[in-house]
This record gives sequence, structure tokens and C-alpha cells, in this order.
Amino acid sequence: MRKRSLGLWMTALAAYAFLYVPLIIVVVYSFNNSRLNAEWVGFTFDWYRQLAEDENMLTAAGNSLLIGISASLVSTVLGTMAGVAMYRYRQRLLPVLVLAPIAIPEILMGVSLLIFFVLLNLTLGLVSVALAHIAFCIGFVAIVVRARLAGMDEALTEAARDCGASPLQAFRYITLPLIMPGVIAGALMAFTLSIDDFVITFFTAGAGTVTLPLQIYSMIKIAVTPEVNAVSTLLMLLTLMLIVIASKLSPNLLRSD
Amino acid sequence: MSVAPIGHRIGRWLVSGPPLLYLVVFFAAPTLIMVLASFRTPGEFGGLAPLIDESGKLDLNVEAYTRFLTEPIYFEIFLKSVWYALVTTLICLLLAYPLAVLIAKSPKKYRDLLLLLVILPFWSNFLIRIYAWMIILGPNAALARAVNSVLGWWGAEPVPLLFSSFAVLVCLVYVHLPFMVLPLYANLEKHDQALLDAAQDLGANAWHRFWRITFPLSLPGVYAGAALVFIPALGIFAIPDILGGPNDSLIGNLIKQQFLETRDWPFGSVLSIVLTLAALALAGFAAWVGRRNGGFGGPERA
Amino acid sequence: MALLEIQGVTRRFGDFTAVDNVGLAIEAGEFFTLLGPSGCGKTTLLRMIAGFDPADGGRILLNGEDLAGKPPEARPVRTVFQSYALFPHMTVEGNVAFPLRMAKTPEREIAPKIAAALEDVRLVGFGKRMPQELSGGQKQRVAIARALVTHPTVLLLDEPLAALDAKLREEMQIELIDLQKEVGITFIYVTHDQTEALALSRRIAVMNQGRVEQMDAPSNIYNFPRTRFVADFIGHCNLLSGPVIANVRGVVTLDVKGLGPVDVATGSKIARGSSGSIALRPEKIRIEAPSSTPPNHHYRGTVAELLYMGDVTVYKVATQNGTRVEALRANSESGRAQFFDVGDVVEMSWPVDAGHFIAE
Repeated sequence: MRKRSLGLWMTALAAYAFLYVPLIIVVVYSFNNSRLNAEWVGFTFDWYRQLAEDENMLTAAGNSLLIGISASLVSTVLGTMAGVAMYRYRQRLLPVLVLAPIAIPEILMGVSLLIFFVLLNLTLGLVSVALAHIAFCIGFVAIVVRARLAGMDEALTEAARDCGASPLQAFRYITLPLIMPGVIAGALMAFTLSIDDFVITFFTAGAGTVTLPLQIYSMIKIAVTPEVNAVSTLLMLLTLMLIVIASKLSPNLLRSD
Repeated sequence: MSVAPIGHRIGRWLVSGPPLLYLVVFFAAPTLIMVLASFRTPGEFGGLAPLIDESGKLDLNVEAYTRFLTEPIYFEIFLKSVWYALVTTLICLLLAYPLAVLIAKSPKKYRDLLLLLVILPFWSNFLIRIYAWMIILGPNAALARAVNSVLGWWGAEPVPLLFSSFAVLVCLVYVHLPFMVLPLYANLEKHDQALLDAAQDLGANAWHRFWRITFPLSLPGVYAGAALVFIPALGIFAIPDILGGPNDSLIGNLIKQQFLETRDWPFGSVLSIVLTLAALALAGFAAWVGRRNGGFGGPERA
Repeated sequence: MALLEIQGVTRRFGDFTAVDNVGLAIEAGEFFTLLGPSGCGKTTLLRMIAGFDPADGGRILLNGEDLAGKPPEARPVRTVFQSYALFPHMTVEGNVAFPLRMAKTPEREIAPKIAAALEDVRLVGFGKRMPQELSGGQKQRVAIARALVTHPTVLLLDEPLAALDAKLREEMQIELIDLQKEVGITFIYVTHDQTEALALSRRIAVMNQGRVEQMDAPSNIYNFPRTRFVADFIGHCNLLSGPVIANVRGVVTLDVKGLGPVDVATGSKIARGSSGSIALRPEKIRIEAPSSTPPNHHYRGTVAELLYMGDVTVYKVATQNGTRVEALRANSESGRAQFFDVGDVVEMSWPVDAGHFIAE
């Protein structure tokens, strides 16, 4: 028994190491005083300083923020509606349309939206990227909201109606406050997904528009410098924060996807 | 619930209408347009040729499909992609299973933390995770030097770790591992310890308890995890693009190439459709097998 | 005219008829109970009165006014939910104030009304607590206060005591009776617990498979069950069945398998040759040591099983052909666990009016 659990622990430890060592290396080398990500030479903040002066990077960060905020706002509203609709009413088409963007390979959505936007003569850029991000974020928000609703006592809405509330009042005063943590968690998740998205953005951004992941991609492809480590470290810190907050708000958030 | 049928119906449309409309416009319509595009002729300067040609005829054909089926190079790449995705799924399963068992068996208060630790890397940027392996496998990094010095002792030629199939597979496994752990854990957590105690009481040793009880009951989780890993792994293009060598181009890279370089939209659409159908077919198969095997009082039903 | 009239109400879910042509008339100020096993339709009927489920047929009239098409919020009917359904994001006061706010009660009138409602349910001083900080019994009281604060015409209670432990349940039963007397509001109470129904109600409707089997005062339901189902569902009951072989001056004689001819007094006319059952409560049977020559209407048998309950012992007596009769005897002598043991031969008897005849 003891031997077996020791083996299990070793395997698990190895698995956790496999998951974390790469990310730790990225962080550590962001403070390394060497252009090569090969050996520890000495501590420096130079790469962060360089990052702060990198015009392209700042533009990309600004774009990502703009897209992230607008996409998460819109998708939170639409996703909450979808979650409520899927929980409350019998729906045929909506669940398929909500879940399909999550279930199919990302690249399909990227290329189909590319064709769509070009045929519509919509100039690829911030707007097209945000529209695309909203489309795949709706599903994630809807899942979180629906899970939150499913965890709610059905009798509460009935009790509200029984106490004299109209359906709208019951939603406004009872349902909405109770699913709020789920809605906020969904919004944070949508923001994180948008900030992080590479594949769909890659196809829908066009030539002139750069987001953080696109900027990181071109830097990796052309010339690797620890500046990438620095921006990666900051980005990881941001998403880590958002996700920890989101999972505090909606404890089953991380399991439901 | 149909107390006030009319108000009910209006409410229903007010709530479901906007998200439905958005997804019809920005998901269903683009997908259908792409399916249509796969039957059209590529334009002279990329994109699509006019739907109605000069002679006034509707220009729809299956040339792009014929091309995929007749030029073996494309089918080979497709098969290679399926192979990579399958290998990734298998390795993920082997790594994830002990981890999921351990988390499911650990004291309740640690479970959420251990699970969170599995999921967190998934929430760090996809490209950063690829980039991390670029560093680790880089020619000047400690790992490559160690491997090659061992090979040197044996008198073998040094091998590059980066820009190789090895790098692609390692990263594919790395990126998709959490998708396998989650459903496995969700399944294993529900297992009733009493079943194992009963089996032990009836004389089953540790191996038999695992192979005859735990594993069959966990099959729905295995199939779910396999689908969650296989689908994204099949469509990946960034990993081979960044970490792979010249021979590691997968179907995702081919699609990217059709849309952004050669600008042959019909053929790119065909490849995307084939990819999606293959992914969904396998996921559907997994779900079907999972349901069949989970049918007799599996823990999902408990 | 009754306060609440339910006329031929039916509710179907697909092929399943949950409520089947039910008619009831409930008087103002009554404590009325819908009693039946789970799935008998009692909760569905309650939900139709509250307005959560529409009726597929029939009418529900409150003070003569048809409630059809009125949403729950427009009915002067309040529900106490089985799960209490206290709003978890509001304090006790917030919960009780909610129906007042929905009714647009002026803000300055709200506080005194909350205070009065909390006093009614003996929860003074709990107003600032959150529902999660309350015990089961306290939550129950808040739910009642919230339902009563706007003085509804009818209060519906859906198994409100089911989640409480036995001791607390008994306390709450007494409080409910007192409360109902105090506020004078009609209570319609749903339960599957027959002792609870007998203890609380002025009248009980026993439901089975969507139909009302019998509607009467508790003692009548217990003593004069109209159907085998009612006899069997309410308390323990021996059902002695057989053909009617004689009917002389209000006394019917049945030929019961294993016992022979058994007499029962009945007011109704029963034709010879028809068949029926005698519902006979175990506590009405005298169980004694056998006498040398058994008089008429004494029946012999052997104790096959016994259940020692403390205050009483239940004897399951097997007669010829294996017919079982359950008899009960109070353990009135101290120091003796029971009067008879398994295997003892005993003699059973009962007055002719102890049983109740149920026609087939």
C-alpha cells in the first residue's frame, strides 16, 4: 500500500514539474542578464525596461486591452442571456450554437470568419477581432451562468413570484443577484480568453492590427529575446490574477469547462 | 410554467433572441459560407472567383475536394495530423491517469488546490507555453547539451531537439494535458470506495482492483478526455509552426498556408471541413462508446 | 359558499395524469390537509392553486372568482415551500419585507409589519440574521412569517416540516395549530405523514393516483375509511376480505379465509353474495390466552412474530391457512416485556362495531 502511494506521488510530482518547470523557466529568464535564454548570468530588470519603451509592444497591449474589454462586456451580456435561456426554456438551436464554437477546432472559426469579413468588405482590424472574440466567449459565459443557475434552488424564483413579484422583478431582485458571482466570473474568463487568444485573432486581425499574442508570435518567429519572457511574465501574472478571482467567485468554474 | 403563455413566449424571445441572433450571424453564417466557398473556384488574385461566371452560369464545382483526394501529399499530411493527435491523446492519458487518481484520492481539502494547479497552466497564454519549450529545447539549453553529450559518448551524431517532431509532440502533450486530467478526475472522484473494499474483501489484489473495477468504471472519463484532447490537437498549427521542422507541417499549417499565403480559399475551406468532420466524428465516436460502456450503472449515473 | 372551490381539476404531464378530476371545497379559516403517498398529485394540486402549474381541465375558484390565467403574483395565496426558499442574499427582515415591497407598501409601514410578523412566529430579534445563520426550525418560521406578512387569503404549506427532526416536528405542529387559530387564515397543508395530518387538520383529503379517495374529519378518516387504500394508508389496519354470507339487522357477516364467519356492524345496505372487507385496527382487537371452549366470534391463532415497541407490543397472529391478523396490546404490567411469546396459541376477539365495512 505504502509503496504504491509512493509511486503515485512520484508520478504526480513529475507531472506537476512537467506542467510548471517550463513556465518557471520563462519567468526566471525574464530577469536574466543575457540575450540568450540558456544560462543564468545575473539579475536584471533590463528586459522590462526595454518592454516599457517598445512602441509596438505598447500598441499591441493597448489593442488587446481594448478588444478584451469590449469583447468581455458584450459577451457577458449575451452569454448571461444565453445561459438563462438555456436553463429556463427548452431550446433547440441555442445550445448547439453556444457550445459549438467551443467544441470545434479553433482554426475553423478563424478561417470562416476571415472569409465572412472579407466577403462583407469589413476591413480586418480591431472591430473584426472583437466581433470574433465575442462569438467564442458567449459560450464560456453561458456555461458558467447556467451552472450557477443549476445550483440555485428552483423554488426561489417561485417564492419570489409567490411573494408578488412579476417575472421581471423576480429576475431583477432574486435571480440576478444570486447568479452575479457567476456573471462576474464569466466576464473575467471572457476577458482572459480574449486577451490570450491567438488562433482566431491570427486570422481575423488582418495585416495592420497587432495584439499581444500576435506580437509575441512575430517576435518568437523572428528573433527571440528575453523581452518576450518579460511580456510573457506580465501576461501570466495578469491572467493568473483574473482566474484566481474568477474561481473564488464561482468555485466550480474551473471544472465546468 | 405556461401560466401566461403569451408573456412567457415574449420573455423567452427577449432572452434567447439576442445571443441567438449574434451566433447565427457570427458563427453559423460564416460556417455555412465557408462550406459554400469549398465548392467555388479560387479567384485570380486569391479569395474567390465570382459566383456567377462570365457566361452567366453558376460556378460551383468539387474541384477542391478532388484535389484533396487525388494529390497524395495532402492526404498524407492529414493522416500525419491524425497520427500526431492520437499519439498526443495516448501520452496524455498515460500521464493524466495517475495524476487524476492521486487527486481523487487525496484528502478533500487539498483536492481543489491540486486540481487548480493542473488547470492554471492552461490559463497562461498558449504562445507562452510554446515559447517555454523553445527555451528548454533550444540548442544552447542545458537539456540539449546533456542529451548530446550522452549521445557523444556513444559515438552518435548530436541531434537538435528544437525544430523536430519530438519538440512538436512534447509541446502537444504539454498544452493538452489539463484537458485529460479534468474529465478523468471528475469521473474518479465519484467512485465509491466501498466497491474497492468489497473487491478486496472478495480477494482481488491491487492490480485486479484497478483493472477490473476502477478502470472500467472510469471509461466515460477516459473517452471524454480523449475527445477533449484529440479535437484541438488535430487542428493545431502554431506548435508545428514554431517548434517543428520542415517535415512537421500538419493540416493546420496547410490551412493557414491556403488562407494567408497561396490564398486558395476553396481548397483551404475543404481542408477545414475535412479537419472538422474528422474531429467531430472521432469525438462523436468517443461519446458513443462512452455512453455504451457507461450505461450499466457507471459512476456517471450514480 | 366555500372560500376555495376546486371543480373537476385535472393536470396531465404527457401520458401521466397527475391530478385526475379533483373536486374540493375548502371553507374560510379551515386547516385543510392534502394527504397521500409521494406521486399522488397533492403537490401538483397545491402548485395549481398557487399558480405555478396550469390546470388542463376544471376550475379553481377563490371567493367565487376563477383564478385561471392569473399568474402567482396576482393571487392572494402564499406558499411555504418545502425547501423554505428563503432568499439567501437577504436578511430575515429583507425576506419578510420582500412581499411588502412587491406590493408597494409605503416604506414607513414596512418595519412595524415585519416586527409583527416576526413576533407571530416567535423570532423577535432575528431580523438582522442571514438565512444561512438559522436553524431548520428558525428558517421554517421565517418562511411562514414571509408568507403571512401580507395577510393572504389562503396559505399553502408544502410538506413544511419534512426536513425537521422528530422532536422539533412535534413542537412545530403545535405551533402551527396555534398560529392558524391566531391569524385565522385558511391553511392548506400537504403532507405524506398520516400522523401529522391527523394531528393538525380539521379536515383531510386523502389522495391516491391523482384522485381524492376520501375527504372527512381526521377521526372519521381513521375510524371509517371508505376505501381499502385509505384504511391501509392511515395507520395500521387489518383488512379481512370475503364474500357476504348474511345480512341481518345492520350486521353483515363475511366469510373470511382462515377465520370463518366474521360479523361487522354497518349502516349501509349490503346485498348477500357481494363481497367486501372489514377494516379492523390492531388496537381494537383483544388478545388473550385461549379459553377452554372458545365462545362465538373468538378466533384462535399462533403468535408468528412480535414487535416490542416499548409502550405496546404488536403481535402478528397466524390463523389456519396462514392468514395473518395484527393485534396490539398495551404493556400495562411493569416488569414484563410482553404477554405472549412467538409460538404461543392466543385467542382474539373484538366487538361487532370495532371494524368498519368497506364494499368492494
